[in-house]
Amino acid sequence: MPATMPNVLVTTEWVAEHATDAGVRIVEVDVDTTAFDQGHVPGAAGWNWTTELCDTLVRDIVPANKLESLLGKSGIDNHTSIVLYGDNNNWFACWAFWQLKIYGHDDVRIMDGGRKKWLAETRDLSTDKPAFPEKSYKTKAPDLSLRAFLPDAQQAMKSHGASLVDVRSPQEFTGEILAPPGLPETCQRGGHIPGAKSIPWGKNCNDDGTFKGYEDLKALYAAQGVTGEKPVIAYCRIGERSSLTWFALKYLLGFDNVRNYDGSWTEWGNLVGAPVEK
Amino acid sequence: MKPEGYSRRQTELGGWAVTIETYKLGDVYHCTIANVDPGARFARGDGPTKDVAESAAIEKATRYLAQTRKFPV
Repeated sequence: MPATMPNVLVTTEWVAEHATDAGVRIVEVDVDTTAFDQGHVPGAAGWNWTTELCDTLVRDIVPANKLESLLGKSGIDNHTSIVLYGDNNNWFACWAFWQLKIYGHDDVRIMDGGRKKWLAETRDLSTDKPAFPEKSYKTKAPDLSLRAFLPDAQQAMKSHGASLVDVRSPQEFTGEILAPPGLPETCQRGGHIPGAKSIPWGKNCNDDGTFKGYEDLKALYAAQGVTGEKPVIAYCRIGERSSLTWFALKYLLGFDNVRNYDGSWTEWGNLVGAPVEK
Repeated sequence: MKPEGYSRRQTELGGWAVTIETYKLGDVYHCTIANVDPGARFARGDGPTKDVAESAAIEKATRYLAQTRKFPV
């Protein structure tokens, strides 16, 4: 197992130089789905996580055929290098990365620092709505070893066979608040899954939005007993912040067995009879 | 286009720490407000001047933050 896999990160400089290269597609995915219209990396596609990266009927990740259509319309085929970036230090860029890995896309990368760093460096922005020559895309069978479901989280709580990592803010972890300030409450109870460790997602990042280095990340998780020796399940509220932690653990620290529990607190905190710790 | 007048500052609204980020692109100022912890963007405003864009975003942010309840722990 390699200690790190830095080839999954690209710099803003790299994107500025290669955004329109053949075989490369830059894609912005934001929490705030209007951010793309406020200016984006020239040549980038924009994906809406609320409509395009999920099943809009059943609560689930994007269905394979819907993803194939989205990728095809974005001018992406199975050989394209996809570089994702977005606001909030790449929360939903990592969410998209996670789903693309579930469906087996080989070359997916994250622009380190995301939209925050690109803006702070006052790099070029475009308000164009790009259209791409449509391509054909075929997903692979979903790799569900990257995803945790409710029974996996329940089993981890009971058996301690996997480390549960709660990446929400300390106030959400303790139940003092039910949602991030300014956002709608989406659960009936506050607190956390019994036995979970509180390691907020932001601790993975530097002030400029880039990811911390291997040694810093290793020390951060080791301090909470998360060493990669046993499986890890990360969760947050709806699974996007925890996809950032999943990315850091799997690709920057090289842990073999890391899963993102996308049901997260909106599932556990609404479940009748589910044990809660504060 | 290059964004102009980029600014990012931290302040407090309704007792919550927030980050206000503003820049001008073309003729339009864009402002977005995020909570500091956990760092989610939750309000934005656009306008012909920085003041107009920020005032619109701050008005929304203040309204949304007022709905955030705190529970005893």
